[in-house]
Amino acid sequence: MSSTASGAPRRTALDALHRSLGATMTDFAGWDMPLRYGSEREEHLAVRTRAGLFDLSHMGEITVTGPDAPALLNHALVGDLATLAAGRARYTMICRADGGILDDLIVYRLADAEHPVYLVVANASNARTVLDALTERAAGFDAVVRDDRDAYALLAVQGPAAPGILASLTEADLDGLKYYAGLPGTVAGVPTLIARTGYTGEDGFELFVDPADAEKLWQALTEAGASAGLVPCGLSCRDTLRLEAGMPLYGNELSTALTPFDAGLGRVVKFGKEGDFVGREALAEAAERAEQNPPRVLVGLVAEGRRVPRAGYPVLADGTVIGEVTSGAPSPTLGKPIAMAYVDAAHAAPGTAGVAVDIRGGHEPFEVVALPFYKRRK
Amino acid sequence: MSDNPQHLRYSKEHEWLSDAADGVATVGITEHAANALGDVVYVQLPEVGATVTAGETCGELESTKSVSDLYAPVTGEVTEVNGDVVDDPSLVNSAPFEGGWLFKVRISGTPDDLLSADEYTAFITG
Repeated sequence: MSSTASGAPRRTALDALHRSLGATMTDFAGWDMPLRYGSEREEHLAVRTRAGLFDLSHMGEITVTGPDAPALLNHALVGDLATLAAGRARYTMICRADGGILDDLIVYRLADAEHPVYLVVANASNARTVLDALTERAAGFDAVVRDDRDAYALLAVQGPAAPGILASLTEADLDGLKYYAGLPGTVAGVPTLIARTGYTGEDGFELFVDPADAEKLWQALTEAGASAGLVPCGLSCRDTLRLEAGMPLYGNELSTALTPFDAGLGRVVKFGKEGDFVGREALAEAAERAEQNPPRVLVGLVAEGRRVPRAGYPVLADGTVIGEVTSGAPSPTLGKPIAMAYVDAAHAAPGTAGVAVDIRGGHEPFEVVALPFYKRRK
Repeated sequence: MSDNPQHLRYSKEHEWLSDAADGVATVGITEHAANALGDVVYVQLPEVGATVTAGETCGELESTKSVSDLYAPVTGEVTEVNGDVVDDPSLVNSAPFEGGWLFKVRISGTPDDLLSADEYTAFITG
């Protein structure tokens, strides 16, 4: 992950390996990332039924430490991170003073050694913004905000076979590792932060390692997973996996123009936590607005036909625009095109009749459904 | 790297065109184009009897990530469409030069700028 001239895409520690596997690469948030290795549909189905291996090293890691680290994060983020136990993780957001979403985050509380240590994982496209906001908001707190974007490579092994594959390479207590928990361990001889998190709707793990160890870990997982049918997976199937799982993507479902309440994710805002936090006042108003005069609602749409809705396409009822598609793709699991869309509350109930998407001039019928489209059997 | 069959001609919009037999040629998209699209999930083809015009759109191909226009490499009347590829669009990916053909056209006009296999290979690698 050496630095490159500005403008040139950054490459992960696994770049040469992706190329040797014949990956189709794509520029994603300034990073040259694998889009797919072969068929993205096959990669998607492998994660649903067996296991997939991802390079997610573009994600932005920020370490927050110091005696005031819990207080800083409670001030800077909308969630309650002070009550997060060591070894656990939480999905949260960072908002502007006006309540607009700057990014959605996963925050891990790694340990409470001398001081609490948190790892904040931001979207690649927002990592700089989040780093700057945290640094600015740290003024007056006895805490250190450290840019660790280059300190980690991030691999993910996702799918029903993931626990067995990982267990064959580590002594760590994976059975005791719950969803949204993380523990330091050794995987294939590599010091690893093992987290039971993901963005696919399947069981699985995200593995934070020194970039110098990334290739060794990738190869070990590839070999250990071969008999279980593990395949390398690119960002294309990651997008369809998260869409089926009803998970929002920043830039599609989330933006600075929306508060968490507008996105149907008001539950991440913890008004009851100790101390003031950036955006509190605006978010309190947004919560009241959402209660009394609901804005558009994020819903699922399932196509009756075969044409695929894409982000930005208008959603219609009786010829009138009632919303807009935020993400759309052919769903490999459902075998039909699906979409997430913000629609007027009056048309948001599952089963609402007469909803269509304007697909390049043709009004294609869609069924309104509750999210997610896909839920794994536990 | 895809291997572009020598007996076909190619457009810069990544369609291929077979030699005409009795004035009717077969049209498809190249392996290079299919690879760039990713898994094709839906194809909309011109109707039999319709007239297509060289260089103009005559259908569309949907993949996981995007939708792309299909351009007619020649002008003429559509005589047949590949029902197999309508039912199973993955044929475009698995056999772009064979079972993944798209439609047949009775040629009434051929543009000057169709490429040979070697010229097309140079075009996509250039």
